[in-house]
Amino acid sequence: MDLGYITLQIFNGLVNGSFYALLSLGLAVIFGVLRVVNFAHGAFYMLGAFAAYLLGLNAGIGFWPALLLAPLVVAIAGVILERLLLRRLYGLDPLYGFLMTFGLTVFIQDAMRLRFGLQGQPYATPAELAESVSLGLTSYPAYRLFVIAFSIVVAVGVWFAIERTRLGMVVRAATERPELTRALGIPIDRWVTGVFAFGVALAALAGVLAAPMRNVSPLMGGEAIILTFAVVVIGGMGSIAGAVVAGFTVGVLSSVAAILNPALENIVAFALMALVLLVRPAGLFGSVDPT
Amino acid sequence: MSAIDAGAAPQPRSARLRRWAVPLALLALAVAGAVLLPRALYVVLALDILLYGLFAVSVDLLLGFGGLLSFGHAAFWGSAGYVAGLAAKELRLAFPLAALAGTLAAMAIAVPIGYLSIRRRGIYFAMVTLAFAQMLFYIANEWRDVTGGENGLQGIPRLGFDGRSVGRSADFYTAALPLIFIGYLAAWRIVHSPFGHVLVAIRDNEARAQALGYPTARYKLIAFVLSAGLAGLAGSLFAIGHGFASLENLHWSKSGEVVLMSVLGGIGTLWGSVLGAALVLLLRDWLSGITDASGAVTGAVVVALVLGFRRGIWATAGDQLRRLGRRSG
Repeated sequence: MDLGYITLQIFNGLVNGSFYALLSLGLAVIFGVLRVVNFAHGAFYMLGAFAAYLLGLNAGIGFWPALLLAPLVVAIAGVILERLLLRRLYGLDPLYGFLMTFGLTVFIQDAMRLRFGLQGQPYATPAELAESVSLGLTSYPAYRLFVIAFSIVVAVGVWFAIERTRLGMVVRAATERPELTRALGIPIDRWVTGVFAFGVALAALAGVLAAPMRNVSPLMGGEAIILTFAVVVIGGMGSIAGAVVAGFTVGVLSSVAAILNPALENIVAFALMALVLLVRPAGLFGSVDPT
Repeated sequence: MSAIDAGAAPQPRSARLRRWAVPLALLALAVAGAVLLPRALYVVLALDILLYGLFAVSVDLLLGFGGLLSFGHAAFWGSAGYVAGLAAKELRLAFPLAALAGTLAAMAIAVPIGYLSIRRRGIYFAMVTLAFAQMLFYIANEWRDVTGGENGLQGIPRLGFDGRSVGRSADFYTAALPLIFIGYLAAWRIVHSPFGHVLVAIRDNEARAQALGYPTARYKLIAFVLSAGLAGLAGSLFAIGHGFASLENLHWSKSGEVVLMSVLGGIGTLWGSVLGAALVLLLRDWLSGITDASGAVTGAVVVALVLGFRRGIWATAGDQLRRLGRRSG
């Protein structure tokens, strides 16, 4: 078999894994503090891509500023949604949060379809990264290498923030023992909105990164979110490391399987999920089932 | 006096009569309603309401009585449609047999999916079922020779036992009605059986049910497979009735839609699900005439429902009726 092609597919897998990792990271952070499985995460990913696209179209703002601005815009939308809607569901069965964010997804997706149509919009690769880099066995688009590197930096940054800073300590405490944390006088509720906005911004960031590679379309989030759910079940919900490791693993294995048969690419994630459920139901990095 | 005493003592004839009179009257009313429904609406919509109603009942059976929210029931509705369609088209089976094939296929698929999914609970169960349903979606999408890929499976015949086609939709409606009622009766029977009561006990406190000696995992798996069978029956008849099976019926939005119907009707009310299905379909039918945004409206309905109407139509209407009754009595 052609080694160059295999290398290519492994790198493609790392790129896909970057998106899974960023998405499941945001999902994990939100779930940790809010106890909401944010179905709308895929919709926020799509909105991030659209925000970058529209910033470029209407204000001439390029990729690099958009990488910061688009997540910010989406985070503001997240704050509004959390304050207006999600806030009313805390303390209820998490299924209601899931159902509501499902409704939000359908609403946002259809609203975007009405406004922009289903046709994907192209988004230019930033000029600095438009070329290909030689990897020895094969050459590879520089932009995609950037996506991998950038995602790893973000993932490590988030891990550091949560495991090694005072802010992260509060978030972890709130995740594991919300009542006790509150009893110690830490105002969890004040953090909730910020955490939601942060998680949503991560999804939007993934969306901006995806824009130059995939067409910007209202439907881009729907499939991404379900694969992300599979990744989260594999990694163990609420585990930061699990989200990242499972994300890259699923990405690479899917692309490698596609060498054997392209039809396998989309199915590997679910087969892995089935295997994990069979062997270690709490997920690779999951602790005891917190339900 | 406990319920057990009442059951064991020989009942006077009138009490026995009363015990059966109410359900029988309700059944007669339901049959009459189903027969008359196509006169009030057009027949395709009437069939859709009954089939989506059964689909939603299958979701409520798991959610309301087993405490398991399946967010992947389109897997059973959709794949049963393909199997029933293939049985009718390739094997020229009469539609009740094709529907039986679809139902059994859905139950067979539900065994491994259920076995794996019930290893997680609550919100995880919802995510896992959703993911498995998406896997089936991808498989159907790739397996073009059999499923027709994006074009779907078209030209499914509606054959009677005599091998001739049931041409008019109204005739098919009448012919399918007994099968649909078998589905509804099965749901009712399951819920009111000892099995159903154990299921409720597991929903309320799984550890306690386990301590009482019930193999809870097996109960949940059986409930899952039975529920998939009902969804499969509905999905089979839907595919045959419309003459095509498509990917759309395996899509995650379909799974969510049926949960919406069930919750709108009222979790744990069984028949509320039929009302929920009717309301969603009527709303969509009405909207399709005036706007293109029925998806956005559906999404908004879900959000509003979760915010302010979590108990659903059935329970809310029941409260109102009781209040009226108290006032007049």
